[in-house]
Amino acid sequence: MHIQLKGIHKSFGPVSVLKGVDFELLPGEIHALMGENGAGKSTLMKVMTGLYAQDEGEILIDGAKRQFKHPKEAEQEGIAFIHQELNILPEMTVTENLFLGRELTGPFGMVKQQEMTRRAREYLAELNVFMDVDEVARNLSVGQQQMIEIAKALMTDAKVIVMDEPTAALTDREIQALFAVSRALRDQGVSIIYISHRMEEIFDLCVRITVLRDGQSISTRMIQDTSFEETVRDMVGREIGERYPTRTATLGDVVIEVDDLIGNRFHNVSFNVRAGEIVGFSGLMGAGRTEVMRALFGADTHKGGVIKLNGKPIRIKTPADAIEHGIAFLTEDRKGEGLLLDFSLRENLSLPTLDKRAKGSVISKQQEETFAETKKQKLRVKHHSMEKKVKSLSGGNQQKVVLGKWLGVEPDVLILDEPTRGVDVGAKKEIYNIMSDLAESGVAIIMVSSDLPEVLGMSDRIVVMREGVVTGTLTKEEATKKKVMTYATGGQ
Amino acid sequence: MELKATTSLKRPGRLGWGQKLGPLFGLLVIVVVVTALEPGFLSLNNIFNVLRQVSINALIAFGMTFVILTGGIDLSIGSILALASALVAGMMVDGQHAVMAVALGLIAGAVLGAFNGAVITYGKVAPFIATLATMTIYRGLTLVYTDGRPITGLGNSGWFEMLGRGYFWIIPVPALTMLLAFGVLYFILKKTTFGRHTYAIGGNEEAAKLMGIGVNKVKIMIYSLSGMLAALAGIILTSRLNSAQPTAGTSYELDAIAAVVLGGTSLAGGRGWIVGTLIGALIIGTLNNGLNLLGVSSFFQLVVKGAVILFAVLLDRRQNA
Repeated sequence: MHIQLKGIHKSFGPVSVLKGVDFELLPGEIHALMGENGAGKSTLMKVMTGLYAQDEGEILIDGAKRQFKHPKEAEQEGIAFIHQELNILPEMTVTENLFLGRELTGPFGMVKQQEMTRRAREYLAELNVFMDVDEVARNLSVGQQQMIEIAKALMTDAKVIVMDEPTAALTDREIQALFAVSRALRDQGVSIIYISHRMEEIFDLCVRITVLRDGQSISTRMIQDTSFEETVRDMVGREIGERYPTRTATLGDVVIEVDDLIGNRFHNVSFNVRAGEIVGFSGLMGAGRTEVMRALFGADTHKGGVIKLNGKPIRIKTPADAIEHGIAFLTEDRKGEGLLLDFSLRENLSLPTLDKRAKGSVISKQQEETFAETKKQKLRVKHHSMEKKVKSLSGGNQQKVVLGKWLGVEPDVLILDEPTRGVDVGAKKEIYNIMSDLAESGVAIIMVSSDLPEVLGMSDRIVVMREGVVTGTLTKEEATKKKVMTYATGGQ
Repeated sequence: MELKATTSLKRPGRLGWGQKLGPLFGLLVIVVVVTALEPGFLSLNNIFNVLRQVSINALIAFGMTFVILTGGIDLSIGSILALASALVAGMMVDGQHAVMAVALGLIAGAVLGAFNGAVITYGKVAPFIATLATMTIYRGLTLVYTDGRPITGLGNSGWFEMLGRGYFWIIPVPALTMLLAFGVLYFILKKTTFGRHTYAIGGNEEAAKLMGIGVNKVKIMIYSLSGMLAALAGIILTSRLNSAQPTAGTSYELDAIAAVVLGGTSLAGGRGWIVGTLIGALIIGTLNNGLNLLGVSSFFQLVVKGAVILFAVLLDRRQNA
């Protein structure tokens, strides 16, 4: 399918989101669509698939003018959309989710359960994804749920597939599986529009890149003719320099030490983090990294092991205990666990430390506002009023709010679980800088991340986990992508 | 991202002005209609009458507002009202001093509520089920204690009579009590850490827990508060009737939920305000009083009341759509 978007304009009330965007998708190409949050990528895709009608401009499909009135119409024409947000029904099985809305039925509308189970198994095997198709979706990891979503779209015999940040929750292995399938589809003539913030992936997978900035199409280039630097410059409109800050922190004493920690999905995990150090946790999805951190923070209970803070054993049974001891935890699921979406910036920022902004239990509005304002300034959450609900902020700004909230605790130990997931390049860099500054001021930082370049770029040491145990610890100097993956997969 | 920014303008986090002013507008419409049909409605006497009639439902509904803001529900308040009422009446019959009896009654309500909270948090039972069970238990205890008969002969403590029947200047004491409670609870919800935590739990319980909020503790306190307010309502009722009825407060929880919902508070938790609840209770009270003045049969009144609730909620949904 050949799609051309010409001079697309779209405004929401007074806000003009798209200001004359041109975009072309050729049959059988994988085309990256890049831009910072708010550049107009999602809106453009929604115009293309008929969720919004453009104010100006035209859409040509195989040379003929075409206007979808509804996303369903686009779907019937063979344009599938894999959304960033998961549309999985948690109480249904993998099979039921895969066939939702297009169940195979026999006479009298009877559902052909066995047939569907068999096909689901075949299908996932084809994608190189291994999970129990009878498992209820709730029990799967976010990455596995994402794979269901992707499999669903691939099952529709689409001619064009739009993928909006499909890999944000996937492990390296799952990403490789997705890429293999994408390439196979491309070879059959399917076109893919690939929206992502991850440069390495785009340069690995795509043929062309179109960059949007502030609702305008800035450039369309062949991958082979461009570079990371050029693409980033197109996106942000200026040079942003090195991706990872140069770290100069001198390491102090061991702040937190974990000995033989045992929990539900991990056992005998030991590691330590020194003041000023950033320790990266790498591993595949489900390796138990998040579970260890949740136990360390008191969000889950642990069955055994010792946690020592500054050499003294401490007991952590609830998050409140952990916070009391100066441990803060930025969770991987920002919207589900990190933020109160209906609360304003001010209320979110002050929540974990509200007691400090109150006399007795009466909140001092003035103290709260001053506190929130300082954090907002420090983290450069731009263009937003303190009273704005956080659900209307971009991913990057939301993540900064979560960080700011925890900085109020003045933590000695900061645990960051996927700190830059779904965050654009500019904000990513700012988050790296904040981490670096915090380390410099003596905070011990633990960073769990599935973004391997990020782990390699930011960590002083890397702890690798596989199936609930620590399989290796690497220093910055000895760590390579290959070594980390070897430990993570058990060496192949 | 862009889409979210625009939708959130239409649907702000807590309550938007449309949602805040909607219930007030509804109340005004009802007042105007009733006054047009029966001008006597707006007499000062009758207004205070309405406030007094509303006070019991409003007190219960205030507690219910906190509970519903956390995403819970409390079906047991009618039974707590009856049990507290019977206990207080029993103590008075036994010659206990009225102040002491009232204090113990309030404590009993708080303890019964705290038990609800403990079952819900530590027992991990859904609030609907937990309070459905305790509703039956507390009602049963009331019947056991009273042997199914009203308790009368409370003596003539002037102080106790004031609570339900007295006037402060020209304002009925129950109305005054209700307004005082409203002031205190409004302050708690709006200005204290406890209030903020209430909204946080309803907004996202898991996130609240991970921010170090003692979710269980806050919830138990909220159910306890709900129980205590039900006991207060029970005491006012006891004073008003000068007796305790074993079946008092039956289905009061439904009127309270109706008041909360009419006020715009979301049953899903996290969104709403207590001013709305006061207005919701006033809407129900005005309807009852107005329909009585107009001589509408009490059977038909139920139909009207239900229809108004349905209409209001449908309107609210349209605004939210």
